[in-house]
Amino acid sequence: MNQNRREFLKKAGLGALAGLGAAAGLFPAFALEQTDMSNFSDKPVPGKVRWGMLIDTRKCLGNCKECIVRCHHDHNVPDFGQSKSEVKWIWKSGYENAFPTASTQFQNPEVLERQVLTLCNHCTEPPCTKACPTEATFKRWDGIVSIDYHRCIGCRFCMAACPYGSRSFNWEDPRPHIRELSNTYPTRMRGVVEKCNFCSERLVKGELPACVDSCPEKALAFGDLNDPNSEIRKLLAANETMQRKPELGTLPSVFYII
Amino acid sequence: MIEKALKGGRGYWTWVACLLMVIGLGVTAFARQMTIGLGVTGMGRDISWGVYIAQFTFLVGVAASAVMLVLPYYLHNQKAFSKIVIVGEFLAVSAALMCMLFILADMGRPDRVLNVMLYPSPHSMVFWDVMVLNGYLLLNLISGWAVLGAERKGVAPAPWVKALIYISIPWAFSIHTVTAFLFAGLPGRHLWLTAVLAPRFLASAFAAGTAILILLTFILKKVAKFDAGQEPRLKLAVLSSYAGLANLFFLGTEFFTAFYSNIPAHKHSLQYLFFGLEGHAPLVPFMWFSLITGIISVGVLLSPPLRRKNGALIAACIGIVVSIWIDKGMGLVFGGFVPTPLEAIVDYMPTATEISVTLGIWAIGLLVLTILLKTAIAVKTQK
Repeated sequence: MNQNRREFLKKAGLGALAGLGAAAGLFPAFALEQTDMSNFSDKPVPGKVRWGMLIDTRKCLGNCKECIVRCHHDHNVPDFGQSKSEVKWIWKSGYENAFPTASTQFQNPEVLERQVLTLCNHCTEPPCTKACPTEATFKRWDGIVSIDYHRCIGCRFCMAACPYGSRSFNWEDPRPHIRELSNTYPTRMRGVVEKCNFCSERLVKGELPACVDSCPEKALAFGDLNDPNSEIRKLLAANETMQRKPELGTLPSVFYII
Repeated sequence: MIEKALKGGRGYWTWVACLLMVIGLGVTAFARQMTIGLGVTGMGRDISWGVYIAQFTFLVGVAASAVMLVLPYYLHNQKAFSKIVIVGEFLAVSAALMCMLFILADMGRPDRVLNVMLYPSPHSMVFWDVMVLNGYLLLNLISGWAVLGAERKGVAPAPWVKALIYISIPWAFSIHTVTAFLFAGLPGRHLWLTAVLAPRFLASAFAAGTAILILLTFILKKVAKFDAGQEPRLKLAVLSSYAGLANLFFLGTEFFTAFYSNIPAHKHSLQYLFFGLEGHAPLVPFMWFSLITGIISVGVLLSPPLRRKNGALIAACIGIVVSIWIDKGMGLVFGGFVPTPLEAIVDYMPTATEISVTLGIWAIGLLVLTILLKTAIAVKTQK
């Protein structure tokens, strides 16, 4: 390349950068979002935290859908109105669907008829992250199984690997199917996989997950499973609880009181 | 050398034109899929893989079966195969190419395919599959092309070609083993979660792949006046029959383990495929057709007087290919998703768009195979 041309490109590039910087200063709306560092000051020690949830199915009754509505609104989950292309982060399943290997013979009929909240289990040994060929889905330092929507190639291996049916794929552009756009979480594009993220965007602000926060019956408890003094650990110690398909060795972080 | 594929009669060009038309159909359908998304297929939240991954699985087997010619010819000096080793290698090239195209067609974001290389993940079986498939395609293309080039000049192939050929032998086993591991390591999918899946994949691959090779020799004899001879065909028929027998045996062991142990989760997928589950039985006629055709075809190939009759040999080879295509190219992938992790029974039906893309990819593979074989036969019959 010609020396003069190279010089010119260099200067033009610097000029453009300076211009962008100035524009960002002049027009605050153009600037990249500021990170509120105080959010990270109480950052838990990596590898020591394991977020978990406890769902009391005795309290979670009836047709209440507060948590589902709130989660799907806050996370811009589209509604396609049919089961084939359905995208869902948290939903209700029949008792026998959620716990297909649990004993059902002569079980209390009231229990068998319960609708159980199902969501990503944020497994300690997640089969989905192992199957992902690009590290687009990965386990975070705090035990949350997360997805990088910008890296996902849409091979859907994680969906085949997940033994809980917790993952959804965007078979079509989700944006036209979002009922009411929320600015609390980014929308996704067509061709990538998504699922519950344990509200990591709320946890970083010190808030509880949207489902826990919105439950009118206080049926959901959330906390650090690795902290023996946490409320969730006390509840786990005091109650008989279940995980979904424990025989698979995935070590789910979502527990159920039946 | 490739220029030899440009000289052909009316029949040759008609065939190429037909393939181009089907490719055009496939490209049009793929454009629709790229515009709207994978929602245009029959796949959905519950059956998240369909025809594309099923074809991929079947074709990896076809690619691997080239080893059924390469191994006896290069390791056991079976001279009978000298004329058709190249057919096997070029079949492997086109099958491996189709595999990659099917993976691409199945991806939600094909524009990001290079992420597999940018963020290599050895814990993911897909990463290994991409590596071994690309490697296998190159090994067969380079070694096949080099041997052919040497033959054209009337000299012995360069020594490095032999090395590539020897590497390609264990490599052929690896591609189908890794493909089986894509499925066999997933917890909660009981049809796939079986140690016998990789051996069964290899057996069905060698049965169907060699049957395709036999059929190719008949086609080449008819359309290109290139006769590989009766001897290699019969040898291949024996290989195909034993591989087919092993495949049926493995299927039998699956049935025994599932139904004798009586564990519901282990039985469900097989029940769905062969008997129907809770009123859902869309694949039952196909699976029984596959099983019965497979048994009869293997029987014909096993019988020396029957397999010597060209008509019976051709029918048995078609039978074995169709049988294994249904078993692997449909049942294995669709059936593995039923019941879903939440115990729902969901049926899958491919759409016209999906089938058009599938036909288009098959046509691309056939076109590549046609061009490669045309070149090979022109070189082999130049004297």
